[in-house]
Amino acid sequence: MTAVGLYNYWIVVFLMMTGFYIVIAHDNLVKKIVGLNVFQASVFILYITFGKVQGGTAPIIAEGITVYSNPLPHVLILTAIVVGVATTALGLALVVRINEAYGTIEEDEIHIQDGES
Amino acid sequence: MIEHLPALQVVIPLICAPLCMLVRYRDWSWIVALFGSWASLVISWLLLQQVMDAGVISYHMGNWAPPLGIEYRIDFVNAFVLLIVSAIGAVVTPYARESVRAEFGTNRIYMFYTAYMLCLCGLLGVTITGDAFNLFVFLEISSLSSYVLIAMGKDRRALTASYQYLVLGTIGATFIVIGIGLLYAETGTLNMADLAKRLADQPLSRTIGAAFGFLVVGISLKLALFPLHLWLPNAYTYAPSVVSAFLAATATKVAVYVLLRFLFTIFNVKLSFGVMPLDTILLVLAVIAMFAASAVAIFQTNLKRMLAYSSVAQIGYIILGISFANVNGLSAGIIHLFNHALMKGGMFLALGCIFYRIASVNINDMAGMGRRMPWTMGAFVVGGLGLIGVPLTVGFISKWYLVLGALERGWWFAAALVLLSSLLAVVYIWRVVEVAYLKPIPEDAPKIEDAPPAMLIPTWILIGASVYYGINTDLTVGVAKQAAQQLLGVGS
Repeated sequence: MTAVGLYNYWIVVFLMMTGFYIVIAHDNLVKKIVGLNVFQASVFILYITFGKVQGGTAPIIAEGITVYSNPLPHVLILTAIVVGVATTALGLALVVRINEAYGTIEEDEIHIQDGES
Repeated sequence: MIEHLPALQVVIPLICAPLCMLVRYRDWSWIVALFGSWASLVISWLLLQQVMDAGVISYHMGNWAPPLGIEYRIDFVNAFVLLIVSAIGAVVTPYARESVRAEFGTNRIYMFYTAYMLCLCGLLGVTITGDAFNLFVFLEISSLSSYVLIAMGKDRRALTASYQYLVLGTIGATFIVIGIGLLYAETGTLNMADLAKRLADQPLSRTIGAAFGFLVVGISLKLALFPLHLWLPNAYTYAPSVVSAFLAATATKVAVYVLLRFLFTIFNVKLSFGVMPLDTILLVLAVIAMFAASAVAIFQTNLKRMLAYSSVAQIGYIILGISFANVNGLSAGIIHLFNHALMKGGMFLALGCIFYRIASVNINDMAGMGRRMPWTMGAFVVGGLGLIGVPLTVGFISKWYLVLGALERGWWFAAALVLLSSLLAVVYIWRVVEVAYLKPIPEDAPKIEDAPPAMLIPTWILIGASVYYGINTDLTVGVAKQAAQQLLGVGS
């Protein structure tokens, strides 16, 4: 396969790095959670790409079809999506509580407040 | 019944978690949690006995045969780690009753026990499972519940600490998923034993190399290996006392177990330490952790933060043992897993007792504490002696085997560094002893009693065990050696 034929993986790497960059570079706590989401989504695509068999169809038994895609990675990633949703929910809940406690969700302002207290 | 013990090990705490939520009333939910943690201890003890008698246990979840079904596979290594985790859980739960009442609003207590049971379930699940993806799921159960537990701290900085841990923990967990995915892409299986077999026959491909890298970095984040430990000090400092004790004694230990499992069972020693130069990398990072974290610990005024940095240093010792990749070194790592759980768990519980009485763990408030709360401070000091590695405490046993491992490997300088870094532990423990015993009690200090027995007894059980297993090493050294031989695949 050529480099272009592997475009799924290029998307994965691009998304992964974008998400990672957002987590590291942004001070806004909600944006960080969004970055984390993009980062996780790249892994979902990675898994789904593994499952694809060239020329394969959906894994439902039907007459005249012999090549099926592998359903296992898809099932695995369903679990990982659930975990991702839970993480996002918990992260956002924490941001709400932080906002109540500090009155801001900017990381640098939180640091300033903690430095004083 | 007896053949379903591996499933019950995870299922009992899992069922207890929603039960705690349903009963709502704080004492009832405590009783449910008490039942869950003690039942786990009994089961893990029975499992260890079974492994000692009959060797490896393989349990097929739902009767689906591996490698397709999920297998629970228990050998010496994880039977021992299961015992550590459930024993700490069983000791911490009775302590939690008083401590949690003092530190939480009454209407949130049942939620604490719910998250606590989920965390216990996740940690036991990570340890017991023989399926790589199942491991990730349990890891996330334990991580998500520990973020909740940490965020329950009274100080508002507990929230930011928990948030920081959530971000770093999720990155770590995602790295682990990527690693597992790449392994699946290469081998087509997720069962650990099956993975090991298929990887052993394959030459090193770039996919396997990448999987190896992602897994090692992801797990290192979870176990707070220097320099990936940044989430740990804040998390342990601002979490409620019970949570600090429980997590310090179990969460990082389970992550170390995961590292052992991946390095030695799934990848093999030849790949981990021969093809990949991981022994050198781990050695260097472990030594830096031992010195840098201990040095930082010396300058902390918050004692919980001091113990947290000391934890990073102690994890350094464990990783150092692993980096030797021989039976003595690996045994030292596994023994220290157990020993450090006892010492650090006990010391965090002692700090919890102090916090219960004076609502502070700052060193400036400790003046004369040796006379104001003699039993609590006594426990802290005995635990501290263990951290230093004084003979007749468990710390000495760990360091003895570490030095043996280092010499066997021919790295005498590593042996010297182990001894040198112990001196730093002397400094940070002595600071506390000096303030607590040699300074007079301040004039204006209110008269306080020692902590209530319900808190002192669990503290002393852990500290007492840390002395007992320093003298009688049959259980720890015996099991750890067997475990190390099993991991290295040499004759048992």
